[in-house]
This record gives sequence, C-alpha cells and structure tokens, in this order.
Amino acid sequence: MTQMLRTPDAGHVKRTRPISFTFNKRQYWGFEGDTLASALIANNVRVIRRSFKFHRPRGIVGAWSEEPNAIVEIGANNTRVPNLRATQIELYQGLVAHSVTPSKWLRFDTLAISNVFSGLLPAGFYYKTFMWPKSFWHRYEKRIRRLAGLGYAPSGQDIDTYDKMHYFCDVLVVGGGPSGLIAALTVARSGGRVLLVDDQSEIGGSLLSKTETISGKLAKYWLKDVITELRSYPDVRLLKRATATGYYDHNFVVINERLTDHLEHHNERLRRERLWRVRAKEVILATGAIERPIVFCSNDIPGVMLASAIRIYLLRYGVLAGSKVAFFTNNDSVYHTALSLVESGGEVVGIVDIRKNPKSTIVERARSTGIPIYDDHVVVAARGGFNGLKKVQLARANSQGDLILTNKGELKCDTLGVSGGWNPVVHLHAQSGGRPEYDQSAGMFVPGKSVQSERSVGAAKGHIALRECFVDGVEAGKSAALGADLKLGQIPDIPFTIAESSEALKPMWEVPPSQLNLHNDKSFVDLQNDTTASDLRLAVREGYTAIEHVKRYTALGFGTDQGKLGNINGAGIVAKYLGVDISELGTTRFRPNYTPVTFGAISGRSIGGYLFDPVRKSPIHEWHVMAGAAFENVGQWKRPWYYPRDSETMDDSVKRECLAVRGGVGALDASTLGKIEIRGPDASTLLNRLYTNSWSKLPVGRCRYGLMLGEDGMVMDDGVTARIGDNHYLMTTTTGGAGPVLTWMERWLQTEWPDLKVYLTSVTDQWAVVSLAGPDSRRLMANLYPDLDFSEEVFPFMSVVSASYVGVPSRIFRISFSGELGYEINVPANYGYSLWSTIMKFGESLNITPYGTETMHILRAEKGYIIVGQDTDGSVTPHDLGMDWIVSKNKDFIGKRSLFREDMKRDNRKQFVGLETDDPLLILPEGAQLTNEQNRSIPVDMVGHVTSSYMSVELNRSIALALVKGGIKRHGGKVYAHLIDGRIVPATIRSPNFYDPKNKRQEA
Amino acid sequence: MLQIECPWCGPRDQSEFSCGGEAHISRPLEPDALDDIEWADYLFFRKNPCGRHYEQWCHIFGCRRWFNAIRDTVTYKFIAYYEMGANPPELD
Amino acid sequence: MKKKYSIFSIARNALTSHANWQAAWRSSDPKKAYDVIIIGGGGHGLATAYYLAKTFGISNVAVLEKGWIGGGNTGRNTTIVRSNYLWDESARIYEKSLKLWESLSQDINYNVMFSQRGVLNLGHTLQDMRDIERRSNANYLNGIDSEVLTTADVARLVPILDTSPDARYPILGASLQKRGGVARHDAVAWGFARAADQLGVDIIQNCEVTGIQRNEGRVSGVYTSRGTINASNVGIVTAGHSSTVAEMAGLRLPVESHPLQALVSEPLKPILHTVVMSNAVHGYISQSDKGELVIGAGVDSYVGYGQRGSFSIIEGNLSAIVELFPAFSRVRMLRQWGGIVDVCPDACPIIGETDVRGLYINCGWGTGGFKATPGSGWVFAHTIATGQPHALNAPFSIKRFNTGALIDEHGAAGVAH
Repeated sequence: MTQMLRTPDAGHVKRTRPISFTFNKRQYWGFEGDTLASALIANNVRVIRRSFKFHRPRGIVGAWSEEPNAIVEIGANNTRVPNLRATQIELYQGLVAHSVTPSKWLRFDTLAISNVFSGLLPAGFYYKTFMWPKSFWHRYEKRIRRLAGLGYAPSGQDIDTYDKMHYFCDVLVVGGGPSGLIAALTVARSGGRVLLVDDQSEIGGSLLSKTETISGKLAKYWLKDVITELRSYPDVRLLKRATATGYYDHNFVVINERLTDHLEHHNERLRRERLWRVRAKEVILATGAIERPIVFCSNDIPGVMLASAIRIYLLRYGVLAGSKVAFFTNNDSVYHTALSLVESGGEVVGIVDIRKNPKSTIVERARSTGIPIYDDHVVVAARGGFNGLKKVQLARANSQGDLILTNKGELKCDTLGVSGGWNPVVHLHAQSGGRPEYDQSAGMFVPGKSVQSERSVGAAKGHIALRECFVDGVEAGKSAALGADLKLGQIPDIPFTIAESSEALKPMWEVPPSQLNLHNDKSFVDLQNDTTASDLRLAVREGYTAIEHVKRYTALGFGTDQGKLGNINGAGIVAKYLGVDISELGTTRFRPNYTPVTFGAISGRSIGGYLFDPVRKSPIHEWHVMAGAAFENVGQWKRPWYYPRDSETMDDSVKRECLAVRGGVGALDASTLGKIEIRGPDASTLLNRLYTNSWSKLPVGRCRYGLMLGEDGMVMDDGVTARIGDNHYLMTTTTGGAGPVLTWMERWLQTEWPDLKVYLTSVTDQWAVVSLAGPDSRRLMANLYPDLDFSEEVFPFMSVVSASYVGVPSRIFRISFSGELGYEINVPANYGYSLWSTIMKFGESLNITPYGTETMHILRAEKGYIIVGQDTDGSVTPHDLGMDWIVSKNKDFIGKRSLFREDMKRDNRKQFVGLETDDPLLILPEGAQLTNEQNRSIPVDMVGHVTSSYMSVELNRSIALALVKGGIKRHGGKVYAHLIDGRIVPATIRSPNFYDPKNKRQEA
Repeated sequence: MLQIECPWCGPRDQSEFSCGGEAHISRPLEPDALDDIEWADYLFFRKNPCGRHYEQWCHIFGCRRWFNAIRDTVTYKFIAYYEMGANPPELD
Repeated sequence: MKKKYSIFSIARNALTSHANWQAAWRSSDPKKAYDVIIIGGGGHGLATAYYLAKTFGISNVAVLEKGWIGGGNTGRNTTIVRSNYLWDESARIYEKSLKLWESLSQDINYNVMFSQRGVLNLGHTLQDMRDIERRSNANYLNGIDSEVLTTADVARLVPILDTSPDARYPILGASLQKRGGVARHDAVAWGFARAADQLGVDIIQNCEVTGIQRNEGRVSGVYTSRGTINASNVGIVTAGHSSTVAEMAGLRLPVESHPLQALVSEPLKPILHTVVMSNAVHGYISQSDKGELVIGAGVDSYVGYGQRGSFSIIEGNLSAIVELFPAFSRVRMLRQWGGIVDVCPDACPIIGETDVRGLYINCGWGTGGFKATPGSGWVFAHTIATGQPHALNAPFSIKRFNTGALIDEHGAAGVAH
C-alpha cells in the first residue's frame, strides 16, 4: 500500500479512504479524491503509453483536460470508454484502466524502430509516396489504418442512458475559480437566476491548489463560505463535473454534465451524462488559463511536465511529481511551486530561468531558501531512457532566444516542470464569434471584442494575479446583472490578497536546437500527434504557410486534446520561421467541442424505437395486431401490410385478399390518410387555386378527385375532397402528405392570400376511416345502416352522406381506390375500433376479409390509379400522367404557368403507362429500367422505368406501371427491361387501366 | 442555434420554426403574361445575400403563423420582425 | 522543374534532414494579365486550372483565392466519393469524375489517398428499396458499378450496424458501389495546386476579387485586393459565395447558400470499413485513416454564410448515427465545423457560360461537390477552353431553370404515399 511519492500531509485527498485500482494489470493504491493520474504519479508510474507515430514512451504532462499523453481506456464491450485522459478520471475502488498504446507491450515496442527511421517519416510523407503500384493504395492503407487510431470502439448496446435538460438563466458562469465565483456571487446578490458550471469534481479552480490567503483566510475556507452563500439562493444552481463544450449563436451554450463515471457501481436508474441546453441572457467566461510549455529537444521524455501540474499534484493531491525536480521557466509562477515542494519535503535541484536576473519578491524568496537559480539559461535538451528523465542540459542563448551560444552543463533530475507562460482558455469566446487578439506585453492570446453577450474574466482574460481575478469577477458580475435587467444588490468587496512585486515573462516558444550537440533529437510541439518543430518548418518550406495549412499538413492540434498545449507554440514557431508577428499569423479556428462529448449524451433519449421518431398508430391498430397483421412503415405510421393466415406466405395472403375484394367484400383501415377540414366563404376559391381542376360547381354532398401541383408544375399530392356544405369541404391527402399539404395551404393563405376567408383544421387523428370495397359492400352497408338507402340513384358514386353510428355522427363516402363498388365510413376516432369490430361481425356472413396496403396497391394498380411518390417522383406533370382531363384551362392555379415552359412541351417526356411482360408469369422488379434495345450493350439509353409491379391474380398475369418516354403515344409498342441480373425482359406498352376500363364496377 | 422571436408567442428556440426563405416575392397576378425567363426568376432565382436578408419564418410547432424577419446571414443576428403583408421597417 | 515525389525522394531528403524540399507551389504575385482567371482556389477551381494547362494547353492561368487554398468546402467536407446517381446527366458527370479519381494520385504525383472502400446507401422503407432498385439498375445500364444488397448482406458487410427487424426503421437492404469511397480532402487541393503550378499556373492566395470588369457585354478582367488583373476569360468557382461574386457581374443565380455541418469522433482503431449513408434516418459516416469517425450532418434551412450551423442539426444527426450503430453511443464527438453550400432547386450544379461573354460559372454543387472535384474541373476547363460546354456539362446549363429541364436529384428522393 506504499505510495512512493505521496507526501505525509499535503493536499486534500481523503487519506482515511484508501482505494485499490488496477493499471495495465498491476494493482496500486490511491486515495479517495485522487485522479488516476495523481495516483499513478504517487506510485511512481512514469510511462503511461507509447506515442502514436514514433512509438516513444510518454508520461503524464498535465493535470486536467490539456493532457496529451496519458490516454487510457476503461471498461470493456458495452461499458468501454476508449480515449480517456488519466488526468480526468476520478479514482474509485476497483477501477481498471489500460494504456491506449499502439503496441501490445509498453516496455518492448518493436515498432519503436520507427523512431530510428523517423527521418523517413517527415510531416506529410504519405502525400509523397504509397502511390506505386497504382492498385496498391488499399494495401498500404490497411496497414496504415491498423497503426492509426487510439482506443478500441465499444461494442453492443450501451449499458448506460443519457438525459437532456433545457435551461434558461439570467447569467451563466462558466468556471468555478476565484473570478467565476465572485462574479456569480455578484449576480446572485442582485437576485439573478445563475447557473455556475465547473468541469472538475470540486468547485474552486485554481483555489484548490493555492497557498495564498484570501482576506486572511486560507483559500479553502474562503471558498467554502462563498459556495455556502451561493447555495443559499434558490435561483442559483451550481454544477460540478459539467463542461461547457460549445458556445453557439444567440447565447446558446451546451454543457455536458457527467453524473456517474466517478461511481464504483453501475446503477441503471442513474443517467450517465446529462446534456444541458442552456440559453443565457448573459454569459461570464471564467475558464482560466492553461500553462504553455516551452519546446526543446526531447521534451517528450517522461518526467517533463507542466510546472502548474506539479503544483496541482502537490497541493491538491499531496503527491510529489518526482524525487528530484527541476524547473524551466520564463516567468514567476514556478517559484511558488518550487517553494511549496521544498516545504513538503521535496527536492528542488534548480530553477532554470530564461530571464536575466529576475528580481520579483517570490524569486528572492526562492533564492533565499537556497534553491539554485540558473538565470539567463535555457534547457536545451532533456536526456533519459525508458524510465524517464535523468538529466537536462543547460545552455545560454542569445538575447533574441534564437541561437544557442554556449553549453552550460547538466542538471540531474527526474522531473522537469516547464512554464512558458499562460494560454487563456479563449475557446468559448472564440466559438461565440470573438476573435482572440495577441497581447504583446503579456505574451498571450486574450479574448477580443465580444460579439455575443459574453465577457471573459480572470485568467481567461489573461489576468493571472488573484486580485485581478476578483476585480474582474465583480465587474463582470455587475455588467452581466445589468445586461440581464437585474437591479444590482450588495456588491461583494474585493477580498484582500497579499500583493507581491512580479516581473514580466519573456516569451519563448522554442529553445533552438544546439549546434554544439552532436546528438540532436526531436523537439515536440504536439505530443499526441508527434508533430515536431522541424515538421512545422518543413511545412512552411514547402509552401504551406497559412496556419491552417500547417495544421492540416502536420496534424498539429488534431489530437483528442485539440492542441491545448501545442497550438499556440506551433503558431509562434511558424510565425518566427516566416518572420512575421504571431498576431499577424493568428491562430487556427477554435471549434466545438472544448472537450469531447459522448454521442449518447448528444442523442439524449432520442434513440431506440419510438423515441427516435414517434410511431403513429390508427385507432384500430390493436385489432390488426391481434389478427397477426404484418406492418409497413408509411411515414411515421404503422399500417397493416397484409394479414397472413396459418402458414400463408405473403403472396398467398395477398392473393386471397385481392380475390376477396374483387369477389366479395374487403375492409381496409384507411384512418391514416390525411384529412383537412376547409371552412369559410372562400373555401371553393382556395381549392380552385390549389387544385388543377375546378370546384365552384361541385354540389354539396358530392366528392371530387383533385391533383395538387408544386409551383414548378410537378405533381405534389392527390386525394378526394368532399363538399360537406356550401362553405365546408373535407379534403383527403396521401398518408405521408397530410402534414406537408396542410402547411402548404396555410402558407399560401397567410403569405399570399390573407384576404381569403378560410379556416383549415387538420382532422387526420380525429376520424377513423374504414374502407369497404367489393361487390358485396352495398349489402354489408345496408346491414350496418338499415335506415339508409344505398341505391345508385340516392347514393351515387362520388357522393357523401351523414349518418349516425351508434348515436355518434359519422360520414359515409361512396368512393373507390380499388375499382370496385366501395364505401368509406368515417367515425370519430374513439369509435374506430368499435366500428371495425362491428363491421367484422356484420360481415361474417359475407366472408368479409381485412386487407392491407399491399392488396390496396395491387387493386389500384389494376385500375391504373397512381400513388404519388411511387409512380411520380417530383418530375411528373399531370400531362405526363395522361391526366389532361383534370387540368382546367379556364382558371389559374398553383403550378399552371410552369406547365407551359419549353421542356414541358417535349414529346419524349416520360409518361405514365401500363406494361405487360411477354411472359405473363414474370413480375418485373419495381425500379427496373426500360430501353428500346433488344440486345445487351452497356451503356444503353434508358427510356423509362417500372414504378409499380405486381402479380394480378384477377387478370391471371403480371402487370406493371411505368414511366416511359413518349409512352402515351406508344401503346402497343415494345420496351425491354434490362435487369441487373442480366435478364432482358420484353414488355408491351398499354393503357395503365388494366381492369374494368369502363369503370362499370365502381360506378355500379 | 437561433432564438427566434415569434411576434405572437415571443422568443422560442429555432427548432420550433421552419424557414420559408426569401420574403417579398409576390406571386405574379398574371402568370400567363410572363415569359419563361420572368417566370423562372419568380420560381427559382434568389438574392441570397451575404449580409441583410429579408426572409419568411413560420412558427410551425407553435402558433403556425408566418411572419417576416430581417436577419444578417453572416452574424445570424435578427435585426427586425414584422408581420406578413407589412412593409419592412426602415433600417439605416 | 519540380522534383517528383516518391519514396526515393523522401529517402534522399532524409539525408539532408528534409532541408531541401521545394515549395509545393510558388508564392506568386499577380501578373497584369492572364488568358484565364479562375476565381476561387478550392478543389474545383484548382482542378480547372490544372486541366486547362494539362489537357487544353492553356497555362497562362491565375487562380485567385481570397484566403488560403482549399480553405472552403474542400477542407470541410466528409470526403465521400461515389458516382451512383440516379439521373443519366448526373451519373455521367460523376462517373467521369470517379474515373479521374482512380488515377489522380499518379496523374498529379500527389497521394490523395483515394480509398475505394465502397459506399453503402441504406434502404429503410419499401419505397427506399424501390428507389435503390431504380437507381442501381440505372447505374448498371450507364456502366456504373452498383449492387443491391439484402439485409443479410448488409449485416455481413457492416456487422456493427443494427440490422434487427425491430429497429424503428429497419434496414431492408442497401445499394453498394464498391468503387466509391473516400479521399484525403486537403491533399486534393494541394495536389492540384502543385501540379497546376508545375505547368505554369499562378496560384495567388490572399487575393480577394472585389469586382468583375466588363466591356460591351464581355468580361475583360477582375478587380482584386491586389490590383486589377486583365483576362478575357474568367471562371467563377466560389461555391457558397457564388451569388456574391456573380452579382459583381450583374448576374442572378438560382442558388441559396446554407450552412452544412460535419463532425468527427475521437480516433478509434479500425471498426468501420465502408462508407455508410442513410437518407431515411439522415446520417452518413465513414472512418478516416486516422481513425476518426467522420460524420456528415444536415443542412440548416436558413441562408447562412457563417460557416457554422445549429446544434439541433448535430443532435438529430448523432441520434440517427446511434440508432444505426448502437455501439457508438459511448464514442465521443471530438470536433465539429461548418461550411457554406450553394444549393440549386434541383440539387444539381450549374456549369457553363453566362450572359456575359467570356464569363463562366461553376456552382450549385450543394452537398455533393467534393466527389465531383476532378470531373467538375475537367468539364469546366473544356468549357472555358473551347467556349462551349462539353456534352457532359451541357445539361447543367443555367438555362434549364427557364426551360424547366431540371435534373431533379431532389425530387427523386421525395416520397409521399
């Protein structure tokens, strides 16, 4: 249970709660409050994985989401999470983690040889080779792919579920460090609705690893007081483990809250993550800053890390990053860390400072403690082996920092804390539309002008000193409160902090490789992608001079850390090489996500069955289920497709259903057809404008078929509309067209014809519809409605009557989509099931047969009735359908003008026809292409295609509907379907009306 | 992720709306009087500006009312909302 | 003369620590005049310049790019290449392009990593399957490879897809174009730029066109942020910005510019070996050589030049992906971005002459432009070089909007019933 590098008492992990965990199959101990990374460091585990391209050993560099190296995976199969950073995993009892590493063995990596031959793998090498022989790329690619990638994908159905939360607030504060907290407090005291989110397991940000006192209190007590006060306001909400990952338009911020990853046991009642969709009036970005490394030779050896990470591991987790620690800096911040290390019993072997004779208070304090300070020095190279850093080489550079003048010996150490200054986390600011600007004096990119209602504070604004953070926070809190129309409450006092003199940093992106060394190794800019400083220079040399080109050519910043450590250094190095100022070169664009977000969280509950897309069911649905129907998806609806009996195949069932309708009576659930009530004095006018035919003279009680076009003249929808009263119509649409057609009509009414007095109401769901078809349907109707007269004279084809079904109002239409005598009974939806059951009972003696959409399709195809969307495709006019009879010449209607364009007059437009194959038993595949060529030759001119095709049991042969060029004038002519399987099927063009061409049966 | 202010319902999330494209394209009163080019202009040709755009929106999952808006197509900021049939507000 | 790229050139350069590589293309200042100016340094514009020089012998050409080459949709798409389009006109131009893709790396001596790993278009409804059958048959008769797969075939090919019958929209089958695949998008811009430069074309970055100079109905040059440049032939290839550039010559277009988004996951070990597209469930996905899942999201319905779209599109898109691939629920989305796509009413491009003599336009590729890059460049080069369209792009004249001869790839997917 010993943890070599754990201090006796520093930090605030719970030492009373030891935790055992497994890393790469070895068991270790840590404490509650540790991250996997802090526990590994405590156990002196130096090497976490091998790198992506050169297979070099790598250790932990950072302490949070900036970490590029320490990539591990936990779980397996449906609990696997592939690419986690050890620095962000909270330790729990029994945690099992593995390195995500390119080869099986961490220690002996056969592909580490690629490091030796790395000269052959400069940036962009793959663009220049793998081209010969031509057909071999897929073989090269297979090998490349196998080497690439990080972790393995999970498999199976995710064990976890995810949630979403919609949230509105006056002020969203991102980041719970000093400036964020005091800003939130300012707004909270002004009565604002505040959401404060922090991505760590504890709120506090930099205060969690600070030694300074605040208003005389230890930082942790000040923190506790502020959080307690914030929690006392009912309208203030604090979220931890919640990362603001994306800032979108109109102050919409996406926050990913992780709820269970830190727990030992899986609990299926808990959601794993919750995605907050936040719309904030004002946003305060207190996202802090990430320390910037300095690039030098072999800066990837395990043990080289961020100085700030060393501080966090010590002061928060009570862990010494190493036994002999050196620092390399260009600013004051590392001195605090060095002093803390010494206080906790660590050994600091020296501080290498780029600056000449720095004089700030803290430097003096370090000096007086006896820590060796190598001012005006640089670390020119690190040296070590698989077990990590052994020493660093010192040198003196010229004043511009671009040339090594003299070597200055070595410093033995196992850990080097590097600080090249700070990169404010400007990601969200940039995502909101802001453009970060380079602050020359501070040597960092800071937020530019705000585009949305947001402001950055504290370190995120480049203000590192604690007092500045507090001042910023209060000011931002005030301006945000005012921006959200709040009245300012009691403004918090700026807490008292000890002011110390400080000295400015001296910017340095890269220590130039020493010409004095024989053995020059790589200097890494992006550790995850093994992008080196010479790669960047190569890119520039080859003309890839835009920073985005450099990024894309060298993969700089494309890792899972999104270049949090490397991007700015990369830009600095490129700028220097190009001889331009970094402000001129700029940065690559900051894109969401700030840190990766689980697909499941973004999907929320919108997955799995009806949650993905609602399922709509007719009121009679349960009957169909009991009858064993097979269902078809039509739009969102489930419609009975056919009703298999016993051991019937689909063909058997459909044949039986067809014969039943043609010879007796069948029932179809037609409830899904769209139904729109049209009322008002201008109802007829509206129909006249939307349909191709005329409606004014339709008598009350009669129905008419209508065809609706888009303004481009193409058929959009069709259906029967009944005139219920002088100013009252009921329109039916196709099942899928119900929504779009209503929207279409409403749009014309509101935007173009607001003068028309018409009201539209969708009543699709209000009415259940049973369609009865077949010669026996009249007898059945007479049984159902003994008081009604169903004679041809009283109730002719295409008419409608009102009737009562068990005392509720219902309507009966005499219409037909099958070519048989037919009726459609509409009853209020709640009576649909009862009506259907009653019909089944009354129809028993007539051997009534329920039939599905497949039979419906065949019956209508035998009549040559179109299905919009199957027999038409958005390029078909009424004339193409041979339906000139329905196109009025005497009035304007939507789409009419388009029918007179040049291309509409072409003779060889594709037109709607019937087809009969020479072999009556051969059913053409729907979608088969037709040609005039009897012989096979490819490519071949196509003259049309089959839109619908069935075996007609009634006609005892196959039939097909098709669109054929000039087809209407080609009745009797031949076409040949060239099938993909090689068959060539001759067929004869004919009228699409195969059955009862004079329509005697439906009008009987 | 736009927030759109329906003139009847107030500010709502974009997902409640559908965009109808360029506004103020009146349907010709006498389509037959137009030649194919003029008709095509009405049907298909659009301003598609990089900047201020006068467009139609419908609060489709709300009150289902159409309205006009002026929006900047680069910043995505809404500059004004006004009712169907109204003249666009004067902007500088 | 530029040095040829090969494994040998890399080895040679390794000896000098890669200090002697030449620039892939010269950093040119604009000359006073050119035979042809191409506005827009994306893939299509650079390909046009390359084929002008290589195939049509016109090398006094400048490509003017307002930012960095390949920085628009070329560098923002999901890199899918296929030619299995329904209508003859589209199928032919995309097939021309696919044929060029197949030897592009060798042709331009730059590995664009064209990976013919197959493109699967899933069918989820009976009508989807009819459409797939129709399209595959048409492809076959146009000489384009296409197969119709059953659900079982799909399950064998992509075992991680949810092919169970109780999915909300079960997979009923698919079409497969084996010759389709993906390519490395940036490399296409860089490779064409390098090859065109070698033939004498000037690639001029950071040069924004601010006006189009005309003289008696004929184009005579362009005004730019780097001065006036004369040319009697000018080609506009500016994708999302087509309307704004065309307006400089007083032209109106039937296009609208919309945001289109895409995203990638964190890199994973190889798990998905084909491109999978689903219209009904709205998502398309492939895995890059680097291991990232590359996912195309939808188009926002509003006009937008912001190179960003709405988060709701991403949410809908990822729901669809997780619906299709339940195991990806635990995979994490790394990065998202947006481009500006110029969409025609019939979802097909405009490639040809304009009312201004000598001024040509190539636009309206919508969401499908990347796969067309070499073919589009080739036919556009032909059009500019000869003054009239090639048979392959003649149907894509802007005049089709007047006559009504649209090529309705949009409508072809429209379903009611």
